[in-house]
Amino acid sequence: MSKPVLNDQRPEGHVDTQERDEARRGGRRSGELNFRELLRWTWRQLTSMRTALVLLLMLALAAIPGSLIPQQGVDSLKTSQWQEAHPKLTPVYEKLSLFSVYDSPWFSAIYILLMVSLVGCIVPRTFVYWRAMRARPPAAPRNLTRMPDHASYRTDADVEEVLDGARALLGKRRYRVETRADAVSAERGYLREAGNLLFHLSVLVVLVGFAIGGLFGYKGGVILVVGNGFSNNLTQYDDFVPGSLFKASDMEPFSFDVKDFSVDWLTSGPRAGMARAFDAQLAYRTSPEAPEQQYDLKVNHPLTVGNTEVFLIGHGYAPEITVRDGKGNKVYSGPTIFLPTDQSFSSFGVVKAPDAEPTQLGLEGEFYPTVAFSKQTGSYFSAFGNTLDPLVSMLVYTGDLGMDTGTSQSVYALDKSRTTMLTKKDGAPYRIDLRPGQTTKLPNGLGSVKFDGVKRWTKIQISQTPGKHIALAGVVLALIGLLGSLFIRPRRVWVRARREGGVTLVEVAALDRSSGGDVHTVLAEIVAALPGAPTKDAGEDKS
Amino acid sequence: MTDAAWETLSNQAVAACGVVYFLALLAHLVEWSSLRHVPADAAVAAESGRSGGGVAVATGGPAEEDAVDADRARRTELFGRLGLLLTGIAVAVHAVGLLGRGMAADPNRVPWGNMYEFTLSGTFVVALLYLVLHRRLGLAWMAPIVVGFVLALLMVAVLWLYDPVAPLTEALDSYWLVIHVVSAIIATGAFTLGGICSAIYLVKERWPGPTTGPLARIPAPVVLDRISYRIHSFGFPVWTFAVLITGPIWAHQAWSSYWNWDPKEVWAFITWVVYAAYLHARSTAGWKGRNAAILALVGLATLWFNFIGINYFSSTSQHSYASAPVVGQSVAGSVRAGGA
Repeated sequence: MSKPVLNDQRPEGHVDTQERDEARRGGRRSGELNFRELLRWTWRQLTSMRTALVLLLMLALAAIPGSLIPQQGVDSLKTSQWQEAHPKLTPVYEKLSLFSVYDSPWFSAIYILLMVSLVGCIVPRTFVYWRAMRARPPAAPRNLTRMPDHASYRTDADVEEVLDGARALLGKRRYRVETRADAVSAERGYLREAGNLLFHLSVLVVLVGFAIGGLFGYKGGVILVVGNGFSNNLTQYDDFVPGSLFKASDMEPFSFDVKDFSVDWLTSGPRAGMARAFDAQLAYRTSPEAPEQQYDLKVNHPLTVGNTEVFLIGHGYAPEITVRDGKGNKVYSGPTIFLPTDQSFSSFGVVKAPDAEPTQLGLEGEFYPTVAFSKQTGSYFSAFGNTLDPLVSMLVYTGDLGMDTGTSQSVYALDKSRTTMLTKKDGAPYRIDLRPGQTTKLPNGLGSVKFDGVKRWTKIQISQTPGKHIALAGVVLALIGLLGSLFIRPRRVWVRARREGGVTLVEVAALDRSSGGDVHTVLAEIVAALPGAPTKDAGEDKS
Repeated sequence: MTDAAWETLSNQAVAACGVVYFLALLAHLVEWSSLRHVPADAAVAAESGRSGGGVAVATGGPAEEDAVDADRARRTELFGRLGLLLTGIAVAVHAVGLLGRGMAADPNRVPWGNMYEFTLSGTFVVALLYLVLHRRLGLAWMAPIVVGFVLALLMVAVLWLYDPVAPLTEALDSYWLVIHVVSAIIATGAFTLGGICSAIYLVKERWPGPTTGPLARIPAPVVLDRISYRIHSFGFPVWTFAVLITGPIWAHQAWSSYWNWDPKEVWAFITWVVYAAYLHARSTAGWKGRNAAILALVGLATLWFNFIGINYFSSTSQHSYASAPVVGQSVAGSVRAGGA
């Protein structure tokens, strides 16, 4: 240990405690610490309540940016849009991991420190508690009337009678009672600290559950046109976000078909136009050999297969479009998924026919389930989400669609860099507007486009969240511990009786060891119930 | 009764309870204004019997004024009781307004579907908690503040947040709405009441001086701190239950993931962390009292920001009830990002 310099005159024996005190207060200059002391000092600092408080506040503060800046993991589309709109800020933000705040090193650092602090606080407290739990109530202080909450009275009853009464009364009130000489000591509320410890340990359990879910789970989505099926393997997903320790072999071998999908559209009232009662009728098998079962997949009612859950989270329209090329060959046919762009389900989509002759054909445009024309904007819009009067309105692109380059391409976007838009003679875009069943012939012998009808699609989310029950159990335990630590009141009560001038002087003191209890009412109740207590106001003598 | 009749009843009940709250406020203001002449100990003595502990030291009134003072004290008490009675009536009418709101929807439901209904319920809980705890914690001193606060929020709800009765959006249509939202509302009400105590604590701590008038009637900082702690320690477990148990369970059912870092969830978490800090601060040297009270107010600010700010300013939150069916919203994003 280094030589103490702050107070050279003090006796040898006091050095250690003094140093410890100073270390606790962080008052020592760091230059005076050797390595072990430094470690100990750091540990004490880290596990102090004040540090825990500061870390808690930092955690709250650090969570804020994630709610203001779009997050990659929450809404990747919004994030990329934001990044495009802010080219200067983006690299800076990326360096600071502001697009994935909750996985960022600095956010992790805060909660890991908090957890370390928590463990460092909980472990020693558990030992202390272990000893305290078996300890007898402490002896009565010499002068009970010096306690902040006390009362006293004189009575003719015996000392023994009073003490017996006190023992019985406090025992009935579930105090742990101990008699020493002329005084009864009683203590209760041992479980408060147990609740406190349980709460803090449970926080760790929750974190473990959360981590298991993040590491071993996955979440994926797929869009299925009604009538199509899905079997649970990686190739079938449109998007797939696995945890870093996820193994594809953990995936359950189930499969399902979307048989039908129904929606109720509200046609009146303040929410007219809103869709409700989404219902996707599934036929599913838990494994290829298992019998087929039916399930109505609804919002708030996921289908559970083993550890995996299947959710209905979206829907939209898939116009069936057939494209024939200049030679009359069918080069594209089938339902095409259009993505909704507003609440009335105006939807955007593309059709790619790379095999068309004489030139590749690309269509890009919108689908309106109930078409209407706005004179103000001079364009179509959708007046209602249901298919009362559907129409597709598309532009035609010819040339190289860029599908032979080998790089992958979104099926929802057209690479127009090497194409030309078909125009009318006056230079205006050549637009094809089709209602179901209608066909239009493209100019210059390019071919024809037919709108056969409309199908619906559903967006299905599939996720496996291992550890969710651990997390849930953790939170429930935490809540139980919390209730214990908030509402169990640890109290000490002492009753002393002694003969004084022919009568018995009874002194009672109570101490609430938590913050928030009103111990004087408890004291008054106890005093009132003691043998020989004054019958009128029990709190008469108390200060 | 038809749905339209229930809706009309609800609107009238809300208007009526506003009027009654106003009358209660007037009664309490009369009570307080007459306190200006009463030496504080008369009022404080009534208080100390219930709330106990260190009560502000007061000077005794001169003997010759006793008769006048007794008369004033009686009048003060009368108006105090009248205010309490009126508040009770207003809360009952308030409950009718909430009931009508739920019955007016088709199908019938709990009235927690949008911000208007949430505000209506939240203010109801504040007023009800105040009444329930009135005797137990000796809350007579906060009467005009609570009543005025509830009245102001009701006005805000009616003027700016009003929405006609409408069916629930699909994702909200779940029994978890009942459990999750009611616990969130109760916790919000409790935190609000606790926050009022903490705010007054700060005022009282700054100006402990006056021995007459309204400020003298407010209990000493120690008592305020304890009342505030007790209300918060009721609110915190309820908030834990709402935000960290029922919320994730419901989110898991509706959105496939129990924690999405949705802005609403983030702020609910922030609120939780701040109140956890408050509870810790109360037992930490150097943070007791003043800093703890400030933390409680910070917690309250994050709570309200979550309710108001996120609903109006955040476009990404799945909790923005103002718009759009939830189904369909998230589609474009995940598909476009994932589709190769």
